[in-house]
Amino acid sequence: MSRLNVELPGLKLKNPIMPASGCFGFGKEYSQFYDLSVLGAIMIKATTVEPRFGNPTPRVAETSAGMLNAIGLQNPGLDKVLSEELPRLENYDVPIIANVAGTTEEDYIEVAHRISKAPNVHALELNISCPNVKKGGITFGTVPEIAKQLTYKVKKVSEVPVYVKLSPNVTDIVEMAKAVEAGGADGLTMINTLVGMRLDLKTGRPILANRTGGLSGPAIKPVAIRMIYEVSQVVSIPIIGMGGIESAQDVVEFFYAGASAVAVGTANFVDPFVCPTIIDELPKLLEKLGYEHISECQGRSWK
Amino acid sequence: MKRKEICEVISQKEIAEDIYELTVKGDFIQDIESPGQFVHIKVANSHDPLLRRPISISSYNKNNKQLTMIYRKDGRGTSLLAEHVAGMDIDILGPLGNGFPVDETKMGQTALLVGGGIGVPPLYELSNQLKANGVKVIHVLGFQTDSVVFYEQEFAANGQTFIATVDGSHGTKGFVTDVIDQQGIEFDVLYSCGPLPMLRALEQKFPNKTVFLSLEERMGCGVGACFACVCKTKDDPEGTSYKKVCSDGPVFRAGEVVL
Repeated sequence: MSRLNVELPGLKLKNPIMPASGCFGFGKEYSQFYDLSVLGAIMIKATTVEPRFGNPTPRVAETSAGMLNAIGLQNPGLDKVLSEELPRLENYDVPIIANVAGTTEEDYIEVAHRISKAPNVHALELNISCPNVKKGGITFGTVPEIAKQLTYKVKKVSEVPVYVKLSPNVTDIVEMAKAVEAGGADGLTMINTLVGMRLDLKTGRPILANRTGGLSGPAIKPVAIRMIYEVSQVVSIPIIGMGGIESAQDVVEFFYAGASAVAVGTANFVDPFVCPTIIDELPKLLEKLGYEHISECQGRSWK
Repeated sequence: MKRKEICEVISQKEIAEDIYELTVKGDFIQDIESPGQFVHIKVANSHDPLLRRPISISSYNKNNKQLTMIYRKDGRGTSLLAEHVAGMDIDILGPLGNGFPVDETKMGQTALLVGGGIGVPPLYELSNQLKANGVKVIHVLGFQTDSVVFYEQEFAANGQTFIATVDGSHGTKGFVTDVIDQQGIEFDVLYSCGPLPMLRALEQKFPNKTVFLSLEERMGCGVGACFACVCKTKDDPEGTSYKKVCSDGPVFRAGEVVL
C-alpha cells in the first residue's frame, strides 16, 4: 500500500513531491538523470504570452544556505510551450501544473485559457509573486483586492483548477490567502522567494544585474513553515508548500505545518536526484515516525 | 552521460600562489567527450556554500579514470575545496557542457591556444590532444603576475609557449594580444579561454579565422535548467534568442553569441 498517494483539486498524485516552477525548466534537463514519471507532478517554468529573454546577467548570487535569483521569467512563450514543451512531457506519466505569468490581466487570462486546454495540464499555478519583473508579477500579489480579482477572472477561463502562488513579501499573508480564496482559488502554493540583495566586496555594487533577487533555499524554510502554519488554519483550500525543502524530514515538517503536498526548488540545482531520493526516503521516514500515510501528518502542528 | 558521483581525491597541491591542482578518480571520467568540458563540485556537505562550483577540467586519463582540475582559491567555496587531501571523498556532477572541437584542426595545421589566468587550465588537455593528432600547437598564456604563472613547462613540452604578465614580472609585459602581434604568430584555428575582455579582443582581431571561445558565467544548476548563465546570440542581439553557457557552451564558435 502506498503511504504517499494524495488527491488535490485536479490532481491525483502518486506522491506529494514535485519540482517547483523555475527550478526544473520544462523537465528536459532532469530527464537525463531519471524517469520523470516517478514524480508526483511537475510545476513547469512560468509561461507568458510572448517569449521573454529575462534579465541581464549575473542572474544568481549565492548567500549562506540560499541563493538569490533574478532570472526574470525567461521562457519561450505560450505558443512554443504548447507546441513543444508540453507535448514532450506527455511521454511521462506525470500531471503538469502550468505556472502562468504576465504583465497585464489580459496576459494572465490568455495564458490561463489556452494552456489549461493542454491534455497533460491538470492544474494552473497563478504566478502573482515573481519579484524579478518590473511590470506585473508581484504587483498582482501584494494587494489583496487585485489578487482576488485576477484569481476570479483566471478561474472563469481556466478549464482546470487554479492554485495561486503567494508571495512572502507582504505585510499580512493571511489576508492575501483569504482574498484569493474568496476569488475562487482551488488551492494555494507558497511561498515564492523573499526579495533580497547582495553587494560585491570589491565594487560595493549589487552582484545581480537586476540589483535585487529572490532568496530561496534552506534559509527561507522557517519563513515558509510559519506562513503555511498561519494560512492553513484559516483557509479551507489545500496548500502546496515550498521553500527550502531538500529532505524527507523537510517534507514531513511542511505537512505538519499544514501543507497537503510539497514542491522542491533550489535543491534540484544542488542534487539533480533530490526529488526521487525524497520519494524513496519518505515512506521509510513515515514508518519510523509511526504513520500509515503521509496525510496523517497534515496540519499536525495545530490540529 | 552526466552522473553524480562520489569520487576519491588522489592528490592536491598548490602549484602557484592560490592556484591549486586537484586530481580525482571516478567512473564518470569515461564519459568525457572533449577538452573544455567542466565538472560541478559540491565542495562541502553543508549549506554554506549551498550551490556547486563549476570547475574546468585541465586533463584526464580514461585508462586510470583520473581527472585533474586547476582552480584559483578565491571565495569560500574554493577555499573549502582547497582543504581536500588524498583519500577524501568529493561529490562531483559531470561531465558537463560542450568542449573544444579538437577535430577542427587537421594534422599538419597550426592551432593557437590563448589562455588568460584561470582560463588557462582547459587548454592543457586540448593541447595534449591536438599534439597527439599531429597538429602544431602554439600557446600564448596571460597572467596577472609571476607568482600566479603555472604549467609553463607542461605547455612548452607540447609546443612553443609565450607568457605575458600584466606587470611584466614574467615573459612579455602586457596582454596576450600584444604577444600575438609582436611574435607575428600565424595559425589555422584559434582556441581560447579566459576573461571576457580578452575573448572580445580576440574575436575582433581575427574576424576571418576559425575561432573557438570558452565562456565563463555564474551558474546555478550547471545542466541548463535554471537559466542563470544565458547569453544573447549574435543573429538576434535584441531579441529573445539565447544560448546557455553551461549546456550549449561553455565553448562557442566566435560570432555565435554576444560577448
